[in-house]
Amino acid sequence: MSASKSAKASKHDEGASPEMWDLRLYTAGQTPKSLAAIKNLKRICEQHLPGRYNIEVIDLMANPRLAKDDQIVAIPTLVRKLPDPLRKIVGDLSDEHRTLVGLQLRRHQEPERA
Amino acid sequence: MDRGSHSHLKGASLEKAPTGITGLDEITGGGLPRGRPTLICGSAGCGKTLFGMEFLVRGATEFDEPGVFMAFEETAEELGQNVRSLGFELEKLVAKNKIALDYVHIERSQIEETGEFDLEGLFLRLNTAIEAVGAKRVVLDTIETLFGGFSNTLILRSELRRLFRWLKEKGVTAIITGERGDGRLTRQGIEEYVSDCVILLDHRVTDQFSTRRLRVVKYRGTTHGTNEYPFLIDEHGISVLPVTSLGLDHPASAERIPSGVRGLDAMLGGAGFYRGSSILVSGTAGTGKTSLAAHFAHATCARGKRCLYLAFEESPAQLARNMRSIGVDIEPWLKKGLLRIEASRPSLHGLEMHLARVHKQVAEFAPDAVIVDPISNLVTAGTELDTQAMLLRLVDFLKERGITAMFINLTSGGNAWERTDIGVSSLIDTWILLRDIELGGERNRGLYVLKSRGMHHSNQIREFLITSQGIELQEVYVGPEGVLTGSMRAAQEARERAADGERRQLAERKQRELALRRAALEAQIKALQAEFAATEEEAKLSLAQNAAIEQTIENQRERAAERRGSRAVPTPPGQTAKGKRK
Repeated sequence: MSASKSAKASKHDEGASPEMWDLRLYTAGQTPKSLAAIKNLKRICEQHLPGRYNIEVIDLMANPRLAKDDQIVAIPTLVRKLPDPLRKIVGDLSDEHRTLVGLQLRRHQEPERA
Repeated sequence: MDRGSHSHLKGASLEKAPTGITGLDEITGGGLPRGRPTLICGSAGCGKTLFGMEFLVRGATEFDEPGVFMAFEETAEELGQNVRSLGFELEKLVAKNKIALDYVHIERSQIEETGEFDLEGLFLRLNTAIEAVGAKRVVLDTIETLFGGFSNTLILRSELRRLFRWLKEKGVTAIITGERGDGRLTRQGIEEYVSDCVILLDHRVTDQFSTRRLRVVKYRGTTHGTNEYPFLIDEHGISVLPVTSLGLDHPASAERIPSGVRGLDAMLGGAGFYRGSSILVSGTAGTGKTSLAAHFAHATCARGKRCLYLAFEESPAQLARNMRSIGVDIEPWLKKGLLRIEASRPSLHGLEMHLARVHKQVAEFAPDAVIVDPISNLVTAGTELDTQAMLLRLVDFLKERGITAMFINLTSGGNAWERTDIGVSSLIDTWILLRDIELGGERNRGLYVLKSRGMHHSNQIREFLITSQGIELQEVYVGPEGVLTGSMRAAQEARERAADGERRQLAERKQRELALRRAALEAQIKALQAEFAATEEEAKLSLAQNAAIEQTIENQRERAAERRGSRAVPTPPGQTAKGKRK
C-alpha cells in the first residue's frame, strides 16, 4: 500500500560514479512474488549500490492508473529511472545475475553466473 | 441465409452482440457471442485492427455499448489517424468517455526477465479502462505482441488463459486479434484459449488483384455461414458481402419497360423487359451491344427515369459521340442528370472495389436501370470464379432494389454461342444474343432472344441494322435457301419480285388471249346467226311460193270443176294470173 518505501542514501562507494540510482518497483498487492522482489531488490542494492540508490515501491492495486502512465504490463516490474536510459526488469529478481545485467551493473558477456 | 440462426437470437441459447459491421451480422446470425472473446486472425494488413475498431465504434455509437481498445502495436494517435479515413472520430468518442484507448508499449530491448512474474499490470490497466467508461466491449490488438516482449512463454500462456477467463467473468464481449502463423490460425496458437468464435480474415492477391475475404471458422453454439465472404474497406468502414444472404425473395414486378428498340419490344411479347429484371446482351465484337445498351439508356431516360451506365471500355464523351452517330443523343440526359456514366478501367480496382462502387453509386443516384458495359472485362480484375461471384451479388443487389440491370457481355469468337464466359446465364431473366451472320462475303448482324423468363417471346432471328436513325430490326429471309441477310436477303427479295412480275405478265397475256378468243368466237357466232337468218328468210319465201302454187293449183282445180259445172262461185281470171306469176 505504501507508495514510497525507503530512501536510503549511504556514503559514496568505490571509485565508481557517484550518481544516484533512482529505482521504482511496481507491485500489485502483497503477493509472494512482490514480497520476494522487494526483498531481492534491497539485497542487490545494498550489495552493489550501497548508499547510491533510491527505491520507490508502487502498489498498482492502490494506484491502478499508474500502470498505464508508466507502461507496466508485468508484475513485479523494476524500472531504472535513473541513470538513463530507462530499463525494465520483470520478475521477482530471484536471478541476481540477470537482475544485474538488467540494471546494467554487469554485462551479459561476463562468465560469472549464479 | 441462416434464418435458423436468427431464431437463435430470439431463443435463449446464445446471446449475441451485434457488430454493426455491414453484412457480418447476417452471416453470424446476429453478431459475436455476447460476453465472450472472439478471435479475429489474419495476416498483416488484412484489416484486423480496423475490424476491432469498427466493432467498438459501432458499439459505442449505435448500440450504446462503450468499449476499450487496448493496442499493442499502435499508439492512440496513430489509431485515431488510421480510422479517421473511415469516418470514425475516435478522439470525440474518447472525449465523451465512450471509448477508452490504452496503448501497451513493450520494448524488448528494455526488458530483462528475472524469475517469476505475472501480467497483473495488464489486468489492472484493462480493468481501469473498463471501469472508466463502463465498457461492454473490449478489443485486444494484437495480444500476441506480448510474446515478442517476454521470453517466458509458459508464464505468458497461463496468463493469457487467465486473461480470457477473466474477460468472460467480466462479461465483456471481446475481440482478440492474432497474426496468422504457419499452418496455424495464430502464431502462438492462442486460438486454443479462445474457443467460442474464430473469424479469419484474408487478404489474397490473385493475378495482381487483391481481394479481402472473411470466414467464420468456428462459432460455438450457433449456425453460421461457412463460406468465404469477400469484404471491403472503404470510407464507411468494413462491409462484408454475404453471397447468399440476400436470398431469393426479391419482389417481381409485372411492369414492363421498353427496350428502346421497337422491334425488340415486339419480340418480347410486344411490351419490352420486366422492370427489375436482369438482362444479358451478349455477342462477339462489333455486333452492336453498346448500341443496344445506349438505346435502352435513352429509353429509360426518356421515361424520366434515372439510368446508371458503368462503362469499362469507353469514356463518357466517346460514348456520347459514338451514339450520336447512330441517332441516339444521350447528351441531354447527361445534362439533365438522368443519365450518369461511370467510366473506369476494370483493372483500376479489384472486383470488390468495383462492387463497392456500384453499391455506392446506386445508393447515391438511386437509378431505375443500371447498365454494365461489359461484364466480360471484369474478368481482367479477378478470376473467373470471383467475377461470377461478384456478378451474382451484383444481380442480387440490383434485383432486391427492383433495379433493371442490363449486362453487356463480349463473347470471344471461338466460344459456343449459348454460353457466357462468366457463367452468369442462369442469373439472367432475359438473354438477348447478338451475332454476326457471315454469308455471301459480308457480315451482318443478327439478333435473337435466347430466353426471356415469364413472357411470350419471339423465337426468330431478326436482322439487326444500325442506321443513322438508330437500330432497326428487319425480318430476315427464311426460305428454302436458309436464313439470308444483308445484300443476299435483298437479292433474294429482288429475285422473288422478278419472278412475281413474270408470273403476272403471263397471266395478263393469257387473259388477253382469252378475251381475243372470246371476241373471235362471238364474231363467228354472229356470222352464223346472220347466215341462219338468211336461210330462214329463203325458207319462208319458198314456203310462200309453195303455198301460192298450191293455191293456183287449187284455183285451177276449182275452175276446172266449175267448167265441169259443179262449182257455185266463179273465180275471176285476173287474180289467178297474178298469183301464178308470183
